[in-house]
Amino acid sequence: MRKRIRCGLLLAIALTAGVAVSEAPQRPIPSGELRSGVDFTGPDARALQQDDFANPGVFWVELGERLWRQPAGSSGKSCESCHGDARTSMKGVATRYPLLDRGTGRLLNLEGRIMQCTEQRQRAPPLAYESEALLALTTYVRHQSRGMPVSVTIDSQARSYFEKGRALYYQRMGQMNLSCANCHQENWGRNLGPETISQGHGSDYPVYRLEWQTLGSLQRRFRSCFSGVRAEMLPYGAPEYLDLELYLAWRGNGLPIETPGVRR
Amino acid sequence: MEIRIAIQHPMETGFRRDATGHEIPKNVINAFSCRYNGVEVFRAEMGSGIAANPYLDFYTIADASGELIFDWTDDSGQTGSERASIVVSG
Repeated sequence: MRKRIRCGLLLAIALTAGVAVSEAPQRPIPSGELRSGVDFTGPDARALQQDDFANPGVFWVELGERLWRQPAGSSGKSCESCHGDARTSMKGVATRYPLLDRGTGRLLNLEGRIMQCTEQRQRAPPLAYESEALLALTTYVRHQSRGMPVSVTIDSQARSYFEKGRALYYQRMGQMNLSCANCHQENWGRNLGPETISQGHGSDYPVYRLEWQTLGSLQRRFRSCFSGVRAEMLPYGAPEYLDLELYLAWRGNGLPIETPGVRR
Repeated sequence: MEIRIAIQHPMETGFRRDATGHEIPKNVINAFSCRYNGVEVFRAEMGSGIAANPYLDFYTIADASGELIFDWTDDSGQTGSERASIVVSG
């Protein structure tokens, strides 16, 4: 008799937990334990990142600032013509990306928004992913939110993209048969060869990677990770990568933006 | 005084190949100099062992107000120049 009551209680707890999960997903890493990617890279890279003079990523911030003011396309407008001074108009904007684009109802990351603006408002030739111009503008805009916490929303329609991103995160893939979670959730803080496994946050991307000898986007990092587990690398801008960007940003909600970051 | 300069440059080593297998020609900043009121106070000869976007940090004695002039040349013949003025008080 006693046993049956206990079973009933357990079932009730399981049911309420189930409802809670579908309404607001629980954080996989509690907010008190969140650590930025640079925390795992060692003191040398951290010192480079924290010194605005030595940080090579600042070259792209400066280039981005020049491009912001430079008119482009048949509209003859620059970013500044509509948005004004980025230091005020772009403050905090990057914290909300990726977000749902009201016009198209599709998920858009910051690169996607800049490309959309360049093509439709400036009527300029499309910027390619990983081009110097797109990297510089993305870095410049994200830099304006430096120190502000990432705060993406996953309500209403964005939720379906979030669920797809989460599914991809836990999906084993490639010849190594590893999922993102196998390293970045279950083993962060441990060593993988000479590296310490990070929690996999994108809060200081685009980053200057010493190995690349240049600056790269979060999607370039995704491609490196996919290649690392011997999975097929997806093309830049692939919807799967966008979903993953949203899911990762949500996991790191609350971490301050530190663009441009530095990695080994 | 401490003088720091960062120059944006690919510092192409000459050992790499592009996606189609063609050699990428070596292109590094091979000569860099700093003149302080016309007197050379620092010179560097760099090679392919220096990383992209080189960052130099050196010292000199600040004995007079004036101008620091930085000049550099790379293998493709491109030159760059930058100036900074300093004021020495007292």
